[in-house]
Amino acid sequence: MRRVVRIVRRFWGTALAAELEYQANALVELLAVLGNLAGSLFVLSLLYGHGRDLGGWSWEAALVVLGLYTLLDGITSCVLQPNLSRIVGHVQNGSLDFVLLKPIDSQLHLSARYISPWGLPGVLAGLVLSGWGLVRSLPQGLGQQPQAVVTWLIGPLAIGLVLLLAAAAILYSLWFVLASLSIWFVKVWNATEVLRSVLVAGRYPISAYPPALRLVFTFVLPVAFLTTVPAQALIGEGSWPWALGSLLMALACLAGTRLFWQFALQHYTSASS
Amino acid sequence: MLMTPGGTRRADPGRPLRIARALLSSQYALMLEYRAEIALWALSGVLPLIMLGVWQGSGAGLAAGLTPEQLGRYFLAAFVVRQFTVVWLIHVFEEDALQGKLSPQLLQPLHPLWRHLAAHLAEQATRVPFVLVMLALVGLWQPAMLPLPGPGRLLLALLAIVAAFCLRFILQSILTMACFWSERAAALDRLLLIPYLFLSGLVAPLATFPPAVRRLAEATPFPSMVAFPAALLAGEPVAVLAGFARLAAWCLLLLPIALLLWRLGIRRYSAMGA
Repeated sequence: MRRVVRIVRRFWGTALAAELEYQANALVELLAVLGNLAGSLFVLSLLYGHGRDLGGWSWEAALVVLGLYTLLDGITSCVLQPNLSRIVGHVQNGSLDFVLLKPIDSQLHLSARYISPWGLPGVLAGLVLSGWGLVRSLPQGLGQQPQAVVTWLIGPLAIGLVLLLAAAAILYSLWFVLASLSIWFVKVWNATEVLRSVLVAGRYPISAYPPALRLVFTFVLPVAFLTTVPAQALIGEGSWPWALGSLLMALACLAGTRLFWQFALQHYTSASS
Repeated sequence: MLMTPGGTRRADPGRPLRIARALLSSQYALMLEYRAEIALWALSGVLPLIMLGVWQGSGAGLAAGLTPEQLGRYFLAAFVVRQFTVVWLIHVFEEDALQGKLSPQLLQPLHPLWRHLAAHLAEQATRVPFVLVMLALVGLWQPAMLPLPGPGRLLLALLAIVAAFCLRFILQSILTMACFWSERAAALDRLLLIPYLFLSGLVAPLATFPPAVRRLAEATPFPSMVAFPAALLAGEPVAVLAGFARLAAWCLLLLPIALLLWRLGIRRYSAMGA
């Protein structure tokens, strides 16, 4: 375990050093995150105007959902996208051989080799937005007593954070499985692009969608577990069946990716396969 | 030496046509090779359909005077418009400029952008079957949402889509020229995407915007890229002449800028890196 931590630290150190060559990117990325956030808030305000609500969610609660989406999207840009989009190139050029030959778990190498700081503005903006929405959606009368706020928040925060971890695990599994499909189909780097464009649905609470789509977003593409379920827990309206479902889903996804990767490797026939 | 097609050899009027045919047919063959990839790209344009789900579940559409059927037709039309106005020039060009692939293109008596334009058109042709299948699926599910304009309207809508594509292509060409100055110019596309997403009518019909924001949006080229062609395709009442005039005006305004930047940029081009 300590060896893994040491390796990952070395990986990320070199990756950061390489990325920081392009400092103008920081500005572009910051502007992109702020612009996207402003646009999303604008669309949300259109949906909420004149005292309407969205699928039974208050404006503040919807901000928590949007915040969590921004946070997860930032994490995607930081860790998932830089690593997993490279699997396709590895398969195409045959450099996956070098990864497999190294005395380190290949899934770990493929998932944690790189890190990009350009997702950090998204992570930060997501934290701020969901925090703000969370504070605003506290029950009335609680705001004056800091002690009461803390005792009220501690339970939901703990459950919410666990569910957020589960969400991150599900998100990672989706990305990893899609990216490792390249073992068979080689050019699938835009499959992850499809995933990213569908996950946009997580910007809004799942109950905002028509029933048929809700089913799709829960069982086929678990968008519901990514943002809606953790947000519900954070604002203190979580339900045990959904929380347990989310945890089970996360465990199944992680075990599934492990098995899937082993299965995929059996079909790997080196370059030009 | 750079020459525009047909510009230098007046004796051969059939030359531009022959070049266009050769470029388009070769690029189409190339794109057919990657049809699975293109099907995925087509799938990644589902945003208007997701937004349709959100808008239908909210009362905001009705409040702006849009019935669920109108919303459905509009977003489906926006989906189609988006499919046939996708521009990825900057990403390909960045790679070409960085790896020096631009050099052989410069030696040919044809402006390299023509080749990219042909690639985009060929890619759109490859998309047609996928888009038709997706429309058919939605039509089976909710037939009332299928936009079915009359033949005249359809023709106008197609024309508007082509014009919208040209406008997007020109606008991105301007950004693309930054590749001559920076190694990571493609990141700029992310910035251009933001006003395109939120002001073009892709995620919300312009009719639902507050009046001030709507006026602001309409002062930009973005509504011409989605909202106008989509409204035509959805059969909504729309000022046809004014819309086309706006599209033409933006194209005519931006094209000289793109060409000027090309001339400035090509002088800096050093065959490798930026």
